Order: sequence, then structure tokens, then C-alpha cells
Amino acid sequence: MILVDMFTMAAVGAGMFFFLAGTVGLLRFPDTLSRLHALTKADNLGFGFIVLGLLPQSPDVLSGLKLVVVWLLVQLAAATAGQLIAQFVGLERRRDPAA
Amino acid sequence: MIGTATVYGLCASGLVAIGLYGLVLHPTPLRKVIAFNLLGSGTFVLFGVAARRGGAAGFLADPVPQAMVITGIVVAFASTALAVALLLRLQETGASSIETTPPEQQDNGAS
Amino acid sequence: MTLLPDLALVLLILTAAVWTVAVRDRRDAVIGFIVVGLLLSLAWVRLNAVDVALTEAAIGGGATGLLLLRACARLVPRPAESVLPHPAMWILTGLLCSVIAAGLAAIVVMPVEPPATLAPEAAANMGELGLGNPVTVVLLAYRALDTLLEKVVLVLALIGVWTLTPEQFWGGAPASLRAQQSSGALRLLAQVLPPVGVVIGVYLVWNGADHPGGTFQGGTVLAAMWLLVMMADLREPPEIRLHTLRLLVILGPVVFLVAGFAGFWIANGFLSYPPAFAKPIIVIVEAALALSIAVILGMLVAGPAARAPR
Repeated sequence: MILVDMFTMAAVGAGMFFFLAGTVGLLRFPDTLSRLHALTKADNLGFGFIVLGLLPQSPDVLSGLKLVVVWLLVQLAAATAGQLIAQFVGLERRRDPAA
Repeated sequence: MIGTATVYGLCASGLVAIGLYGLVLHPTPLRKVIAFNLLGSGTFVLFGVAARRGGAAGFLADPVPQAMVITGIVVAFASTALAVALLLRLQETGASSIETTPPEQQDNGAS
Repeated sequence: MTLLPDLALVLLILTAAVWTVAVRDRRDAVIGFIVVGLLLSLAWVRLNAVDVALTEAAIGGGATGLLLLRACARLVPRPAESVLPHPAMWILTGLLCSVIAAGLAAIVVMPVEPPATLAPEAAANMGELGLGNPVTVVLLAYRALDTLLEKVVLVLALIGVWTLTPEQFWGGAPASLRAQQSSGALRLLAQVLPPVGVVIGVYLVWNGADHPGGTFQGGTVLAAMWLLVMMADLREPPEIRLHTLRLLVILGPVVFLVAGFAGFWIANGFLSYPPAFAKPIIVIVEAALALSIAVILGMLVAGPAARAPR
């Protein structure tokens, strides 16, 4: 039991670290594309680790499955949002190469 | 003794004030609509605070204010949609602002 | 110590709200508003109101945000936006708003004892109906009249939006929701997500009888899937003269009204249910309402007709 709790704490801690790093990147990186890179890293790894850490804590298989589905949906949404923002940046650059 | 409900109650008071400030001072209608929605959100949270304090009969929070807030959020959305449609229609017909514009400016707006 | 996360969240909400009002660009203001909506849904979880949290995230953040972003794209900015009131006006308004905030804060800090509550009355209703989610019980049984009127308000709002249609376009389709630049990624999402999203929407409605969730939340998820498909340019918004569309819009309120009037014969009066059939009746009403809500929300975002009927 204690081993399971320790695993949860370690994984959630790692997830929080990635979110923190991603947020620092979002605030400090110079241009949109690298900020986007920082943000998607936080989404993928940070949220992935948190879900991984919470999985052993779920009371039954169904709750665990729901967690995994939430993770998958967030991946899908984040990937699409990232694509759209990157596409918009590309559009701006073509319009105004100096920027 | 300050509890969780009180903290969010103070947050709600702040939201109402911020929303009201924007509603009064912003010259453009769209910004007024956004500010009005902030004001509404603050009011809803006040209901939430009352609900949380009224938790009884085995519930963590009184369900009646919660149901009212759910209804309120949907009505707020409907009125926002109507306001936005009105703004777009105002733009099409030439008048761009709530304030009356002089006739010569109105001609420019319609072109 | 336990209040620390709440204080941080409140600080974030207020900062985002100030930014929403103070920022110069209106699109930034809309994004600020979406951020406030999403943070508020966290606040609702902390207030033990998970049903409201779901509604706030779906409608307060999502649907309103989409509506306002679309308005930003279609409204031409006017020079009037740079006209600002006199500084004395700022200070006066700021002072008056602070007074209102202080008054509300005083009410919050000095609560009535014992706290006013209708929870026991709602609980008394729950036992007879066989539902486990108190908020659903209040929405569909204890205060069903409010919910019915609110559905009517939704229909009226949609009629209001439709009446803004220019004469020559009456009966036609609303302006397209597609992005200026077509995107493969968005199109893929609009093909992959809706089957999952529809299941989640139906799950939220069904599950709402006993757990957080319900017609509003499920209906909004369904509307979101429809809007996503329209935004990815896989479907155009339907023409508003279509009978199917109009029937779907009024289906929910009509089923609700029929169930309400049936209460005169099969139970104790308007909008009361016989205990033996309460749950099936409520589930049927909820299903019809969710469908109507999905259609109405989608059409409210799409706006009045902007093309002549074909």
C-alpha cells in the first residue's frame, strides 16, 4: 500500500515538475513556436505523469479507464490546438517575413 | 475564522465590482457584453457561497441555489448570443455604437 | 494552510478578470474571459458544486468564448474604441464599484446564522423519485417550473436571434463557421472526436440522474461536437426554415409541458410525477431537453441567417 502511495507521489511530483517547467518556458521563451513547444511538453509529459500516478489510486477498473480516456482526449485536443496555433504563426510569417 | 466559502465570497464581490466597472466605463458594446458576463459570473459565485453554507440534510451544498445557477448560466449565454447578434446587425445597418453618431459619420460607417 | 490553494485560485481569477477589463485589444479580452470561466469552474468544484462546475466550463468558458471570438472576427473595429471617458469618471466609477464590492464582502463575511437552506425540502423530494443527484431533482421535480421557463427563454432567445435576419435572407442558412484557413488537423479532430463526444454527452445526461452531470452539461457537449464539425467545414449550418430543425428546437419544451400537464391526471397537479413512474418520465424529459439544448446552443452560436435559402 505504502509502495503504491509512494509511486503516486513520485509520478504526480514529476508531472508537476513538467508543468512548472512548461509554464516557465511559456513565460520566458522568445517566440511563439518555442513557447508552444514548452506548452505541449507540459501537456504531454506533465499531465501524462499525473494520470499515471493517479491510476493506482482509482477505486475500480472503470474509474481508471475514465482517467485514461480523459488523458487521451486531452492529448487529442492539445495536439490539434498546437497544430492550429503553429499554422497561424506560419501564416503570419508568410504574410510578413520580417516578423 | 475565515472559511473556504468566505474566500470565494470575497472573490465574487471582486468579480462583481470589476465587471460593473468595465460595464460602465468601456465605450464599445462588445466589451460591455464581456464585462456584463463577468458581473454575472460574480453573482453566480455568490449563490455558490450561499449553497455551500446551506449544506444540510446530508448534502455538501444546498442543491437549490446550484440548480438556479445552472439555469442562470444558460440564460446568460442565451442573452449574450442575442446581444452579439444585435451588435452584428447594428453594424450591417450602419450604426456602430450605442451612442448616437452624427449623420456625416453614419454615412462613413455604412460604406 | 488548507486555504492556501483557494487563496491562490481566487487571486488568479481576480487577476484574469482585471486583465479582461483592462486589456486594450478586444480579442485579448475574450481570451481573458475564457480563462476566468475555466478558473471559475475550478472554484465551483471547491464550493462542492460539481454540476455547476461542469456547466460553467462547458457554457461559461466554452460556448460563450466561441460566441465572443466569432463576434470579434466579424465586428469591424471602430475608431470609437479609442475614445475613453474623462479620468475623473474612472476614479468616480472605481470608487462606486469598490463600495459595492465592500458591501457584498460585508454580507459574505457576516453570514446569517443558521445559514438559510432549502436542502431538507429538496431531500424530501429525492426519496420518492428514486434519483441520486439532488441538483437534478431540484431542476426537474422540486423547481421544475423554473427549468421549464428557462427552456422557453432559450427558445425565445433563438427566435430573437432569427428575427435579426435581413429580409432577403429569411429562411436561409447562418453564416459559415469555418476558419479562413482550412486545417487538416482540425478536420481530423472533427472526424475523430464527435463519436466519442456524443457518447460522453449521452453519458452525462444519463448519469445526471444519480451523479454530477445532466441535461445542460450533456446538451452542451453535443452542441460542441456539432459546432466542431461546422468549424472544420465538414457540414454547413442548416437553413433555419427546415421543419426538422424547428421541431428539434421545441421538442424539449413541448415534451416537458406534456409531462407537466399529464401531472393533472396521473399525479397531484402541474409538473408532478406519480412516484412509480417518476424516474422514467424524468429521463424521457431530460433526453428531449438535452437534444433541444444542443440544437438551440448550436444555432445561437451560428447566429441569424446570412444567405438566401436555396
